[in-house]
Amino acid sequence: MQVNGTALKAAPVAGMQLVDTLGADIELVAVTKQFGATMAVDAIDVRIPAGTYCCLLGPSGCGKTTTLRMIAGHEQATSGDILIGKQNVTGLPPTQRGTAMMFQSYALFPHLSCVDNVAFSLRMRGISKRERRETAREFLRLVHMDEYGERMPSQLSGGQQQRVALARALVTRPSVLLLDEPLSALDPFLRVRMREELKRLQAELGISFVHVTHSQEEAMALADLVVVMNEGRIEQAAAAREVFERPTTTFVASFMGDHNVFRGAVTGIESGYATVSTDDRVSFAMPAAGRNVGDVAAVAIRSDRIALSRADARLNAVGEHDDGVSGAVSGVAGTVASIEYLGLWVKVRIEIDGGNDLTVALPDRQFFDAPMDVGEQVSAAWDVDDLHVLET
Amino acid sequence: MKVVAGKLANGAAYLQVAPLALVFAIFFVLPIGLVVVVSFFDYQTYDILIPDFTFQNYIDVFTQSVTYQTYWITVRFCLTVWAITFVLGFTIAYYLTFHVRTLTMQIVLFLLCTIPFWTSIVIRMISWIPLLGRNGVVNSALINLGIVPEPLEWLLYSEFAVIIGYVHLYTLFMIVPIFNSMMRIDKSLLEAAEDAGASGWQTVWLVVLPLCKPGIAIGSIFVIAMVMGDFVTVNVLGGGQIASVGKAIATELSYLQFPPAAANAMVLLGVVVLLIMLLMRFADVRREL
Repeated sequence: MQVNGTALKAAPVAGMQLVDTLGADIELVAVTKQFGATMAVDAIDVRIPAGTYCCLLGPSGCGKTTTLRMIAGHEQATSGDILIGKQNVTGLPPTQRGTAMMFQSYALFPHLSCVDNVAFSLRMRGISKRERRETAREFLRLVHMDEYGERMPSQLSGGQQQRVALARALVTRPSVLLLDEPLSALDPFLRVRMREELKRLQAELGISFVHVTHSQEEAMALADLVVVMNEGRIEQAAAAREVFERPTTTFVASFMGDHNVFRGAVTGIESGYATVSTDDRVSFAMPAAGRNVGDVAAVAIRSDRIALSRADARLNAVGEHDDGVSGAVSGVAGTVASIEYLGLWVKVRIEIDGGNDLTVALPDRQFFDAPMDVGEQVSAAWDVDDLHVLET
Repeated sequence: MKVVAGKLANGAAYLQVAPLALVFAIFFVLPIGLVVVVSFFDYQTYDILIPDFTFQNYIDVFTQSVTYQTYWITVRFCLTVWAITFVLGFTIAYYLTFHVRTLTMQIVLFLLCTIPFWTSIVIRMISWIPLLGRNGVVNSALINLGIVPEPLEWLLYSEFAVIIGYVHLYTLFMIVPIFNSMMRIDKSLLEAAEDAGASGWQTVWLVVLPLCKPGIAIGSIFVIAMVMGDFVTVNVLGGGQIASVGKAIATELSYLQFPPAAANAMVLLGVVVLLIMLLMRFADVRREL
């Protein structure tokens, strides 16, 4: 790939104009998009530094695709500004933005061969047939598709079509590559392989990738910057690890998965700890940290930071850890509702008396040393310091 | 067992195609066969069908200069009408597909296109007469506006009138298959073209048009086959001055000259089949069906 990487930079393409040098910052300032009465994107601000792999993550209808399409220029922002590099591109057509888009359906021209698909944008620039086909072949080589140049898109598998679509997007030498759910149509094996390849290409080309996905796993595996969106707003924009370990809102914590989220009102404060009761009358303890009785509080606890035991003892109140670990423990009692074996982990879902759910991830060995059955009474306990306090 | 099952399945399949095959045999193969047979018959003034096997009727068709004149007129109609209906059909289908946003509106506008078909073909043709006639609406308007000093004679009973009639009748047959092809085009292809820097015209020329080829071919087959075989429109709007191939055959039939009419019809059939084969080479129509 080294060879291809250099070939890519050396290949002369006449009449080619990049908005900026390779890699450009993207900045969205109060970007808003309204479709009739519905607010698709609501005054979002975000800055994506040059050379970043950025994932826009969120459930369907959260505005992530609209945001991407506004960056691409396929959708006009109702208000706000989009800057790429030093240029305000808000009103510019797609070609003058230095962006390239890879569509979810790949959008390869079905009547053109792979080479002609990749060469299409060069043809629009008036580059001679021989030269543009040569450049197209180079880009097909970059995605390991040079042997399929003369095939028609319908003769290729989904994964191959995607590679061609990638080559076609990159041939314009964009400073930003926009990918709309690029992996959603692939089977799980291929998805993981393509994921690696996208990451490798991004690192090699040094340009920014903005990748829309609804899979938190995909976002965590790929992104330098994860932008979690919900209902047209940005909930959190940070590095993957930060988003997972320190989610700011209840939405982020539950959307990222592997977190149990509790929300309730402080009912009592005792020696630095607040007792919080949820609407379902589940009680737990959290650091008081200036909270008063009646305040609303929300916390997240990772499902792998919870210990399960068959002991009947309910741990509603704050107490000392039995096994000598310092710090307070809190916990709840409940019934095992389902058990999922996931290989490395066993996921146990517990119905807490009162109705709330709690998911606990146990390392497989720990679970099978003392297996449990559905319907068994258990108590779950965690270190209060492992609670992550969320914005309410 | 397997063989028996296969035979049974075969039998069932034959039974299933039988009704359609029967309809085709009785209403298509049989009449054409009869026309072929009659085209080799002899005829006299008072004896209209004399069983025979003579090539005289075909020799007459190919040696009379009137044949070439009628074909020349018919082909001219064909090309003109094809060009006009293609441009109209393509633009209307393009508008319906890419500019009308909701499916409901698309259906409403599409039904609007079919309004001419709510009445019979003869009424549709005759209704042009008060519009285009010597003292018709168009001429009166032009005179009242002072654009022309006296009525335009070429508006009615002319090639112009016949072409208007054809366009009126057959544009829908172009719109429907092209619209059908266009609706299958993934809208993101247009965005991909835009992304690649294609102008609107380039997108139409390099993406939309090639992908509509099958629809264009089907529409062209409809229009060409219908114009080549028509005699009603020529009769009503051509005013007896214009002789297309269909009109010539109809005239021969009205004089009860069945064998030459049959020979003429067979030649016309051959020409139309050739044209359709040419069009089939231009696009893979099967993909559309």
